[in-house]
Amino acid sequence: MKLLEPGALLDGFEIDECIHSGGMAHIYRVHYATTPDDLGIARDPGFAMAMKIPRMTAGDGAENIVSFEVEHQLLPVLTGPHVPRFVAAGDLENVPYLVMEYLEGKTLQHWLDAPELPRVDELAHLGSAVALAVHSLHQQNTVHLDLKPANVLIRPSGMAVLLDFGLSYHAHYPDLLAEELRKAVGSPAWMAPEQVVGVRGDPRSDIFAVGVMLYQLATGKLPFGTPQTAGGLRQRLWVDPTPPRKHKPELPEWLQEVILRCLEPEAAKRYPSAAHLAFDLRHPEHVTITERGRNLVGTGFRTHFKRWWKAAGMQYQPSPLPSQQIDEVPIVMVAIPHKKVTDATLYALRQAVGRALGTRPGARLACVTVISSGLTSATDSETSVHRRYLTSLRQWAQPLDLLGHQTSYHVIESGDVAQALVTYAMGNHVSVIVIGAATHGLLTQRFVATVPIKVAMEAPCTVILVKQALPFERLIEQAAKLKPIWNKDRDAPF
Amino acid sequence: MKLALLSDIHANIQAFDACLAHAEEHGANQIALLGDLVGYGADPVAVVQRSQALISQGAWALKGNHDAMAVSPPPEVKTVGDSTAAWTHAQLSEEQRQFLDALPMTWHHGNVLLVHASVDGPGLWRYVYDERAAGASLDAAASLPDVRYVFGGHVHLQTLYYRGSGGQSLMKFTPAPGVAVPVPKHRHWLATIGSVGQPRDGRTQAMYALFDTDKLQLTFHRVPYDYEAAAAAIRQTTLPSFFADRLEQGR
Repeated sequence: MKLLEPGALLDGFEIDECIHSGGMAHIYRVHYATTPDDLGIARDPGFAMAMKIPRMTAGDGAENIVSFEVEHQLLPVLTGPHVPRFVAAGDLENVPYLVMEYLEGKTLQHWLDAPELPRVDELAHLGSAVALAVHSLHQQNTVHLDLKPANVLIRPSGMAVLLDFGLSYHAHYPDLLAEELRKAVGSPAWMAPEQVVGVRGDPRSDIFAVGVMLYQLATGKLPFGTPQTAGGLRQRLWVDPTPPRKHKPELPEWLQEVILRCLEPEAAKRYPSAAHLAFDLRHPEHVTITERGRNLVGTGFRTHFKRWWKAAGMQYQPSPLPSQQIDEVPIVMVAIPHKKVTDATLYALRQAVGRALGTRPGARLACVTVISSGLTSATDSETSVHRRYLTSLRQWAQPLDLLGHQTSYHVIESGDVAQALVTYAMGNHVSVIVIGAATHGLLTQRFVATVPIKVAMEAPCTVILVKQALPFERLIEQAAKLKPIWNKDRDAPF
Repeated sequence: MKLALLSDIHANIQAFDACLAHAEEHGANQIALLGDLVGYGADPVAVVQRSQALISQGAWALKGNHDAMAVSPPPEVKTVGDSTAAWTHAQLSEEQRQFLDALPMTWHHGNVLLVHASVDGPGLWRYVYDERAAGASLDAAASLPDVRYVFGGHVHLQTLYYRGSGGQSLMKFTPAPGVAVPVPKHRHWLATIGSVGQPRDGRTQAMYALFDTDKLQLTFHRVPYDYEAAAAAIRQTTLPSFFADRLEQGR
């Protein structure tokens, strides 16, 4: 379709200006046109709007049209602050277009085009914003499959918004791109190895693409270049990229560990969910650094050759439901009280955490304790107080079998214990909170909501309230009150 | 128009009523019964009477293989399906049998074509279990150039098939209940809408589908119903109790 002039009308929308003219589509700012019925007052959706019109003249590939169909299918059903709000669509048989929320902000490309690459803390901030946006999409059973700097917008608030769902996959809708199966669909530089062999619907493909973007932001280079051929694309099935620290030795080991974990050729070796990735980017001090993070040389020929051999047989496999897959790798948070707590409670909490982690390899554990702000004083420095509580958290966790579960320990200072726990759970996309059922104030419970009740009411996720096993003395007390009824019915048949 | 598509009711009045109520609640204003009103279940008379009442109010109805069998039961019993035909035949009045016998094999309305089994020889009762059989049915519908949607029952499973933009092979999609799937009319679509009275995927809920012809969205539904009552009704008759058991198991 030819470029529309400002003032042109289309289906009740008036064109303001063309803000993007790409290979796939034109994008315009638009507003509602006034109609005689409106008495001269145009409708106001409450936000600015953009109209996307796919280029669809003769000679444009079928993929262009299918991408429009896919986006038309998905945009109306996606929700939340990480996707543009949907307004209207025109169908393929008349004029195809999509009207959506116009968002202020800059795409990640802006940071790549800047004269200097972002500092490490800024990079971690951007990365975790992107990871959280991706997680929100995965929770809606959708995999983006075309994440790249141009498709990620950072709002002035720092929150990330994902754009362009033309190649996306939603488990609840027919996959219109599935017929292109075995033919790689996506942008070559950011495409995950499994996408190269035609797998659509694995949320970890998006983790790979985020890894490529992190690599770019850290080094200014693309980890796999921009391959032009199918053979070049397949290389990433077995080749590890050059370690970022080989390009820039001043990068921290933890960052390389995070980036290379995203870029693992095998999806199962990457972060199991984007929430896990965001967690590491927000808590660099808790990243477990392995050889992957320290390496300054790169992977040798022998390893690559062995992997190449294995990859030769790699082919399409159907994917599970994205939301189900990320549900299987929860982030478990346990709230450990640090005062007025019995051994029985600590024991019961440990049992419950063991059960919550038990059957789920890849689940991660965050042990949290909240101390009141007054505890640090001039004589007792903040770090030494924190260190003391961190040590007791570690001691608590020691009997747990934490092999295969990334674990971190956090001391939070706050006057409001319940609020601090809920805020932490929200900020870190925690899937399960384990907390003692009643740690103190049993008598006032009827009048004042206790910490666990407040947490249970306000938490964004499942809360497991753990009851402590009755202490020994009370068991004996109770036993004494019981009448020895077993003598009476001695002859009763069972 | 909101078109409620119900098929394979199989004399299960409890499931039938539950689906009709669900459809009404969701704004259905046209009902289509895609055949197999009777067979297997305990209440052929009630289901036929309810169907006749719906038709008098404008509902569309088709004939299924079990309806044909109830009209003239096979002389010898070869399949489980055959075994209930004679019993059903005996329950129905002559007038009710004539009603079943007079039902059409297909129904064409605008861009929608309805059939019990496959458009590819409707009287041969072919099962549309895969992309190939779905393709044959869609191809047979090509003689009606305006048809974009072929809806059928017969296989007791909910599946949506669609033609890719390449125009050749069909793709198969298993829908999630309650999700409105956009089915734009520039493509060709075929859906098997599942069974109201004989779900066989291990779940007991009745199946049907709603097609919104304005929004061009197809929603597959699962509706809980009193399957214990339906099973109990079968056990009250001389029908084998196997038919009651399978309702309780959704098998």
